[in-house]
Amino acid sequence: MKIKTREDLDALKRQGLQSLYPHNPKITVGMATCGIATGARKVFDALSEEVGKKKIDVVVARTACIGFCQKEPLVDVLSPGGERIYYKEMTPENALQLLDRADGAQIPDNWALFRMEGEENLIEDKKIRYVETQSRKGNNKIPLYEELPFFEKQVKVALRNCGFIDSEKIEEYIAKGGYYALLRVLTEMEPEEVIEEVKRSGLRGRGGGGFPTGVKWASCRNASGEPKYVICNADEGDPGAYMDRSILEGDPHSIIEGMIIGAFALGSHEGFVYVRNEYPLAIEKLKIALTQAGEYGLLGEDILGTGFHFNIKINRGGGAFVCGESTALMASLEGKVGEPRAKYIHTVEKGLWERPSNLNNVETWANVPAIIARGADWFSSIGTEKSKGTKVFSVVGNINNTGLVEVPMGVSLREIIYDIGGGIPGDKMFKAVQTGGPSGGCIPEELIDLRVDFDQLTGAGSMMGSGGMIVMDENTCMVDVAKYFVDFLREESCGKCVPCREGIKRMHEILADIAAGKGKEGYIELLEDIGFILKEGALCALGSTAANPVLSTIRYFRGEYDTHIREKRCPAGVCRELVTYSINPEKCTGCGRCVKPCPVEAIVGQKKQPHGLDVEKCIKCGSCLEVCKFDAVVRQ
Amino acid sequence: MIILTIDGREIGAQDGWTVLQAAQNVGIEIPRLCYHEALSSSGACRLCSVEITTKRGRNRIVTSCLYPAEEGLDVQTNSEKIKRLRRGLMELLLARCPNSNKIKDMAREMGVTEPRFRLEQEECILCGLCVRVCQEISEAKAISAVNRGIKKEISTPFYDLAETCIGCGGCAYVCPTGAIKIENNKIRLGDKIFKELSPEEVKKVEEKLEKGKKPIKKE
Repeated sequence: MKIKTREDLDALKRQGLQSLYPHNPKITVGMATCGIATGARKVFDALSEEVGKKKIDVVVARTACIGFCQKEPLVDVLSPGGERIYYKEMTPENALQLLDRADGAQIPDNWALFRMEGEENLIEDKKIRYVETQSRKGNNKIPLYEELPFFEKQVKVALRNCGFIDSEKIEEYIAKGGYYALLRVLTEMEPEEVIEEVKRSGLRGRGGGGFPTGVKWASCRNASGEPKYVICNADEGDPGAYMDRSILEGDPHSIIEGMIIGAFALGSHEGFVYVRNEYPLAIEKLKIALTQAGEYGLLGEDILGTGFHFNIKINRGGGAFVCGESTALMASLEGKVGEPRAKYIHTVEKGLWERPSNLNNVETWANVPAIIARGADWFSSIGTEKSKGTKVFSVVGNINNTGLVEVPMGVSLREIIYDIGGGIPGDKMFKAVQTGGPSGGCIPEELIDLRVDFDQLTGAGSMMGSGGMIVMDENTCMVDVAKYFVDFLREESCGKCVPCREGIKRMHEILADIAAGKGKEGYIELLEDIGFILKEGALCALGSTAANPVLSTIRYFRGEYDTHIREKRCPAGVCRELVTYSINPEKCTGCGRCVKPCPVEAIVGQKKQPHGLDVEKCIKCGSCLEVCKFDAVVRQ
Repeated sequence: MIILTIDGREIGAQDGWTVLQAAQNVGIEIPRLCYHEALSSSGACRLCSVEITTKRGRNRIVTSCLYPAEEGLDVQTNSEKIKRLRRGLMELLLARCPNSNKIKDMAREMGVTEPRFRLEQEECILCGLCVRVCQEISEAKAISAVNRGIKKEISTPFYDLAETCIGCGGCAYVCPTGAIKIENNKIRLGDKIFKELSPEEVKKVEEKLEKGKKPIKKE
């Protein structure tokens, strides 16, 4: 069926509302990559089988990631007129017990993570209440969604539907207000008005650069040359980052709708999504969404009966990090080697096949329908003076609540790490946070109250990047961190220009020397010299920012570098060649716990007598330290 | 006709010229290793970097082989920043190819003799001139850059002898460091021997390359 009118869209919306909030109980499994990795598919299969076998009057549904990846698999139960309760770390056995909840069976409170009395419909600016009457008391032993520190400070715009809809059902996306912005754009707005709205919203590119989206659109619209192309960059490759993957898996229609709106504004009829091949689930969901959008007349010829036509093709990346760079991505789309080129002539003028091309990141596109639906004023009321709206971060590393969070620009690092992230595991000290992936930098403890926006992060020697946030505790060695990122980049540099290929290789060589106790005076200055060559001389942004992890760790942790170089000591005890293990005879009880785990039989001793550790044999794996209950193993 | 300033001299340039072409036209030399007049520019070696200030007052470093000559542009080909950058680039290249005479000479001119890095024994600087000749002039597409990062190298498809090689020797002709050689009338790239040179093709490719080298017409 092709949607031609608002009435057609309304009809599909009613179907979607039925599907989202059915008249019978609904049990939903979170089945994004994070959920599946922890066993969600088995949970889903067990539930489906049981419901089918026993003919239970329950809908078994699936959704993607609500952001709380740490507690997956998440399963929620929504009973008509009642609350929605989310249960954490579900196994198939436990999930089956949830099915009986409708019969009044008691589910242990500690299985629950949070409950919801309703959910937001961001596009329509209203709250859907599950609980019909205000007086009905919920289970107050379970925290409310809004009160849970993890969600309390979040504002979900790009992630508005992730974890709330089944992304394979276009009607559920429409039920949440989806495609109404497109309808408005195509029937009521001129292309220039759309661009003006995006400009006024203050939206800046979410892929890392932070370039004003509306300005980019205007340049592309005004550029001469036909056809014009619209591209979605989904080649997310920063270690620890998975914002784009989650949106693709959880809400692909938000990207598609954003791209169609963009295409109309720019006068384009052909679009591409360049997505990394390592995201099979995201590609599958996107494919389904594209097919559905086509079937309902939202893509292809005569979209929504307005005569506008636009198509989107998926192009899978071959695994090169550099292909996330816009010109390399376009070269790769053309079937050439994925190498960047100089951007003295911008891609909005001469991009893909030398035609005007507008490339935006997944998260940027997902923001577009919300801006059109709610207006530029609403969007620009969120965030800081020069960074409007929200930003999605994947918070990973030494953090209690690993997950995907979306916060207004200007929230402090402290709020993200301690309030939302729940702090550092094991009550360890926070040491630094790496933002912006390999192009970003490490921000130290003294800057933890930094307000996160494009300019603040750049000022601190890091960058927003696409939104990866790697939290590090006191046991992290900053030389080792710098070495890790440089090692990544040394493999992932395209190798075309001398500063990037040769410079990064040499940085790695020097850092490896420092970590191995072979550092010499002057090595820090040598690293800074190479940093200059990269920053000023590299061809693309990957190269010109490649020194950031090194330069920022030197800037904030110079003493740690000095200790490695002068004292041949790694204060965090990470750099293997600078660490020795020994056993403190005063503390050792001779329990023998450490003997077995030692893979090289370096620990010997009589029962109940202090043991000894053979330094010659020891390979410094740390197994003994991990198992010792008496703090008798010493790492120095 | 565009008027721009290079090293304090006001000079004219034709529309479509790069800063490098404009400089060459008036005899201002800018060092470079991956540029050939008859081929497209790539911006790989970065040695031709210059410092520019645009009419709007924006100051930055660009590669002159790619940056278009613009009205009112102020170009410095030898500022302190540029000299520091070029010295750094030559130090990196010299550490990679310490036995290449071309690299040694260029480095010495910039005051670089002893790189502070471990020496490698490469001959190829991955400038990509050979690949561009093979694609743009010979149209054989017999070689390409393969892999990326530290594993990048120039090779034939599937590391096999390229069937499309026409034996023109253009790759060896433009190679600045002699990494691609002609030995016993055969082209050698690394440990691979290509087919024999075809005198006819050699003549054709050399003519085309030289034709492209013609001094830029003065107005």
